[in-house]
Amino acid sequence: MARTMAKVSMKSKIGYTLRDMKRSIPLYIMIAPFMIVFLLFVVYPVLQAIYYSFTDFNVLEKANFIGFDNYKKLILDDENFITAIKNTFIIAVIVGPGGYILSFLLAWMLNELPHKISSVLTVIFYAPSMAGAAVVTVFRQIFADDSTGYLNAILRNLGITKEAILWLSDSEYVMIVVILASLWTSLGVGFLSFVAGIKGVDEAQYEAGSIDGIKNRWQELWFITLPNMKPQLLFGAVMQITGSLSVGAMGDLIVGFPSPNYATHTIVNHLNDYGSIRMEMGYASAIAVILFVIMIVCNMLIQKLLRKVGT
Amino acid sequence: MNAITKLYTWYMSRKKTKDFKPFVKKSKRSFWGNVILGGFLLGLGFLFFFPVLYMLSQSLKPMNEMFIFPPKILVQEPTLDNYRDFFNVLANTVVPFTRYLFNSLLVVVVGSVLHIVVASLCAYPLSKYKFPGSKIINQLIVYSLMFNSAVTMIPNFLTISKLGLLDTQAAIIIPGLASTLGLYLMKNFMEQIPDSLLEAAQIDGAGYVRIHFRIVMPIVKPALVTAFILVFQSFWTNTGDKYIYTEAEKGFAYMVGQLSNGKVSGLGSSYAGISAASAVIMFAVPLVVFLIMQNNVVSTMATSGMKE
Repeated sequence: MARTMAKVSMKSKIGYTLRDMKRSIPLYIMIAPFMIVFLLFVVYPVLQAIYYSFTDFNVLEKANFIGFDNYKKLILDDENFITAIKNTFIIAVIVGPGGYILSFLLAWMLNELPHKISSVLTVIFYAPSMAGAAVVTVFRQIFADDSTGYLNAILRNLGITKEAILWLSDSEYVMIVVILASLWTSLGVGFLSFVAGIKGVDEAQYEAGSIDGIKNRWQELWFITLPNMKPQLLFGAVMQITGSLSVGAMGDLIVGFPSPNYATHTIVNHLNDYGSIRMEMGYASAIAVILFVIMIVCNMLIQKLLRKVGT
Repeated sequence: MNAITKLYTWYMSRKKTKDFKPFVKKSKRSFWGNVILGGFLLGLGFLFFFPVLYMLSQSLKPMNEMFIFPPKILVQEPTLDNYRDFFNVLANTVVPFTRYLFNSLLVVVVGSVLHIVVASLCAYPLSKYKFPGSKIINQLIVYSLMFNSAVTMIPNFLTISKLGLLDTQAAIIIPGLASTLGLYLMKNFMEQIPDSLLEAAQIDGAGYVRIHFRIVMPIVKPALVTAFILVFQSFWTNTGDKYIYTEAEKGFAYMVGQLSNGKVSGLGSSYAGISAASAVIMFAVPLVVFLIMQNNVVSTMATSGMKE
């Protein structure tokens, strides 16, 4: 039997595959509608963006191949892009791990509370991420520079500051507002995944754990809950990283575009600037490709890291 | 201090009665642990809730309270004027308000339903059968979760314009159908369906499509609902700026964004209250949908994990 298997030639392998494919025709038909949209609007655009990034395409004229010129210009000559990368990383480093750890801690604490209270709190924490960037209009009002600003009024009443802080127009402060708003909306799908994941940990394991000498909830968290939640942790990380690297619309809505002194200018803002305002599609594609690479690399690294949890 | 001792004795007395349960499920919970956790959660919950509260309070303020210094969070004479003004303003702009709402509803309803049908049809074969190409497609879907529409924006704009869909609702709906998050969640959920059930149906002579609609869809209802909520949110918040230039074809989210920037002309200083009112509406719609369907979400998210 083993010998005949080994003798299976290349030709008959293809034959098998073809037969498999023939048998699966109904399955192919079922996945076809989604796959067409998926390939057309998710896979193909990535390849096309890579292609355009090596050209000077500007919609009106025919695209010329210009090699790495776009990338060279981005990295060597475009000060705003360097600012954008810096800002994106500042936001991502705070909102990414911050939102992630917060999501997990909250999910875990909620599980310690009675069911009714925890489901109300779940909604409160999740709600800000539901309505999208438009809702940050409230941040504009809380942090307003003029006399209608709530925060400035409080700070003044408490005697902490004497003059109003220009939260929305001083380049030193706008970043803080954008980061706070991003954090506020960062408890999204990953958070829900954690909430469900913790609920799904087998109760018998906790019981066995307490017999085996686990003393308190902190030990329980480390030895039982975390290792059991690995799949959710991986999923939550993907959501968090992708989300925190693509902050952009938030800044637009809170402080306007371009932000004062480019203080909250992110990669996504830069991309929108060249892609939909200046219509320099080739150059914008290079930005998109860089963003794509950053996202994939960060995700891969974190996945590798998280796989080590509990081993 | 007295209050804390009282709390402590109350807690201990309550705890003693609880400890008489026939079995101890979890390890010990200390009193101070509970206080720290509870306090932390309450504090954070308040911080997270505060902007919502503020938004609500702003939207209920009459004009004269809006500009009181210092601003107050409590409204003395709550009024629904801002909501009325919001509807008035939008009805009196070049394009009437109903038009924006209609555009949004069209996109949300058609897009969400189509997405659920198309994505669930794709999720079932991918989760339950192996066929040439299935492995690579599954991998592509996981990778696609790792980047978002910012990356694909430019080529998609070109594709949409080549297809002649610019300035139509289809320009928002069709790319939105390709959202892989819902597909991914449904796929994971479907993997739990016992193979024997599907085999039994196959022996009875049911085809794949029939099995999908008769057996799989009813079983994975929670996942369908969750995918619906997520795709609903993404369509509801889609401003469609990239694909739609004509005012008359834009949606509700776009209007709210404009209002929050104070970009709608002719409003002057009254825009703050109207903007808050519009944000409350923007916020309330997905919230209501979520609240109705909340239980389904938790059972779906339990299977959201990524395998190694």
